[in-house]
Amino acid sequence: MSGDVCIVGIGIHRFGRTDGLSGVDQGVFALREAMADAGVEWPQIQFAYGSSDAAGNPDTMVDRLGLTGVQFINVRNGCAAGGSALFSAQMAIKSGEFDLGVAVGFDKHPRGAFNALPAEYNLPDWYGEVGQMVTTQFFAAKIMRYMTLFGISQKTLGLVSEKAFRNAVHAPHAWRRQPVSLEEILEAPLVSDPYTKYMFCSPAEGGVALILASEKKARELGKPLIRLKAATMRTRPPSSFEVFASSVDVVADDTGPRGTASRIASADAYRLAGIGPGDIDVAQLQDTEAGAELMHMAENGFCADGEQEQWLAGGRTELGGALPVNTDGGCLACGEPIGASGLRQVYENVVQLRGDGGGRQVPNAPKTAYSHVYGAPGVSAVTILER
Amino acid sequence: MKAIAEGLFTDEAQPRLIGGKDRETGRIVFPFPGTPTFEPVLLSSEGSLWSYTVQRFRPKTPPYLGPEAFSPWVVAYVELPGQVIVEARLNDVAFEDVKVGMAVRFAPSPLNPDDPDSPYIPAYVPLSVSAGEAA
Repeated sequence: MSGDVCIVGIGIHRFGRTDGLSGVDQGVFALREAMADAGVEWPQIQFAYGSSDAAGNPDTMVDRLGLTGVQFINVRNGCAAGGSALFSAQMAIKSGEFDLGVAVGFDKHPRGAFNALPAEYNLPDWYGEVGQMVTTQFFAAKIMRYMTLFGISQKTLGLVSEKAFRNAVHAPHAWRRQPVSLEEILEAPLVSDPYTKYMFCSPAEGGVALILASEKKARELGKPLIRLKAATMRTRPPSSFEVFASSVDVVADDTGPRGTASRIASADAYRLAGIGPGDIDVAQLQDTEAGAELMHMAENGFCADGEQEQWLAGGRTELGGALPVNTDGGCLACGEPIGASGLRQVYENVVQLRGDGGGRQVPNAPKTAYSHVYGAPGVSAVTILER
Repeated sequence: MKAIAEGLFTDEAQPRLIGGKDRETGRIVFPFPGTPTFEPVLLSSEGSLWSYTVQRFRPKTPPYLGPEAFSPWVVAYVELPGQVIVEARLNDVAFEDVKVGMAVRFAPSPLNPDDPDSPYIPAYVPLSVSAGEAA
C-alpha cells in the first residue's frame, strides 16, 4: 500500500452510565455514527476489530448491523484493548489486504472499583485475603514514590483533576461535566493517599468507533486526510513496577524513574512517525489517576521528571498552553470503559485536528496529535496522528 | 503465631519472610513461588520504606477476609537491601509520620486484632531509635 492509513470517520456513545443500553448497543451506536461521518454504509466495510473487556463479544454486533459476512476479530488485551484493535486495523490496511475497515470498542463495567481475584493474576489466595488485591493501592504507591523522588506536590495532583473537569464541560461525550474547584478536590476524602476521590477515575460505560481507510480510499471518500502516522502497542521491560506486585526488583540505581511499557511504546511511535515530542500539538495521556497524567508526561517525552510541577503551575497543559493535555477531560472526567477508552483518545484527537472541538478546541489549528494508554500488567499503546 | 499461608515467613523469635531465588539468574521474588526453578531464600528482617499509601476503604469480600469493622492501614513497599522490595502492611505508626526511606523491621500482625485465633499476615513496624542503636 502506498500512502498513510487515514481515519475517515469517527463516532462515540456518551461515556458514563446509560441504564437500559448494553455495551454492544453503545458500540453499535458509535459505529453507525462513524459510518455516517465517513459517508459509508455497513456493506462497504471489509473488516472490523472490536475490543471489549467486560461487555461481551464485539462480533455479535453483526446481528444489528447486517450479516454481510464481514471479517470481525475480537480483541481483549487489558487496558490496551482499544489501542490493540486500532493497531490491528491499521495493519490490515497497511498490508494491502483491505482498504476500508473499522476499529470499534465498548464496555460496561459494574459500579465501584474493579474487583479482581488473586487467581486471575496468578497470585496466591492470601494476597487477596489480607486486602492487597486493590488496584488503587498500586497507583497511589507509585505516585507516592514519584512525588518523593521528583518533588511533586499534592496540589499539582489537584490541578490535573481541576483541569479535567473544566475541559469536560465542553465535551458532550464526557461523564462528569461540572467544574470542581481545586479546594474541593484537595479537601475531599482520601481514597488512597495522596489521592482524594476526585483524583481517581471510575469504571464506566461507553462506545467509540473509528473508520480507517487507505489514503487512496480516503481521497475517493473526499474526507480531510487525518493520517495515522504511528500506532504501537508494547509490553513492560524488566524491573518495572506494576499493579498487584507482591514484590519488586531491587535495582542498582533507584534514584531515577524505572523503565515502563509506555516509554517503549512512545519511543517507537516517535521513530515510526519521524517526529519528536516537541512536534506534538495536542496530547491525550492515560489519566486513570491524576498522577498518571503527570508521570506519563515524562514517560512520553514531553518533559523531564520533576518539571511537571512548573508545567501545571504555568498552565502549559491547559487548552491554550504549549501542550494541551486531555482536552476532553480524559479518564478522570469520562470514566474508563476499558474496551473503548483508548479509542476515545483517538476520537478526541480527530475532533481537535478537524477543528471541531467547540469550547474545548485547541487554538491555532493543531496539526499533530498524540494518544497514550497504559494498564495492567504493564501494557501500553500509543498513536500519532497528523493532518 | 499462625501465618495466613504456609511458607510465608519463619517461626523464629525474629521471624523472616521466605522469598524465592531464581536458580539461574539469582533474581529474588516474594512470595516463594514453589516451583523448581526457584529455591527458598530467607529475606532480611530489616529494610527501608520504598513507597507506601494508606488503604482508606474496606476492600471487597471476597477476596478480603479482614474484620467487618474497618480501620485504615498503611500499605508499604519495603526494600530489603540487595534482595527485593516486598509489599506488606506497616503498623505502629501515625499516617502523617510515614516517610519514604524510614527504617522498618518485620513484625507479622494479626489480620483481625480482636480475634485471638486470627491468622498473622506479613507486616512491618518502624525500627525504633533504641533498637536501631542496639543494632
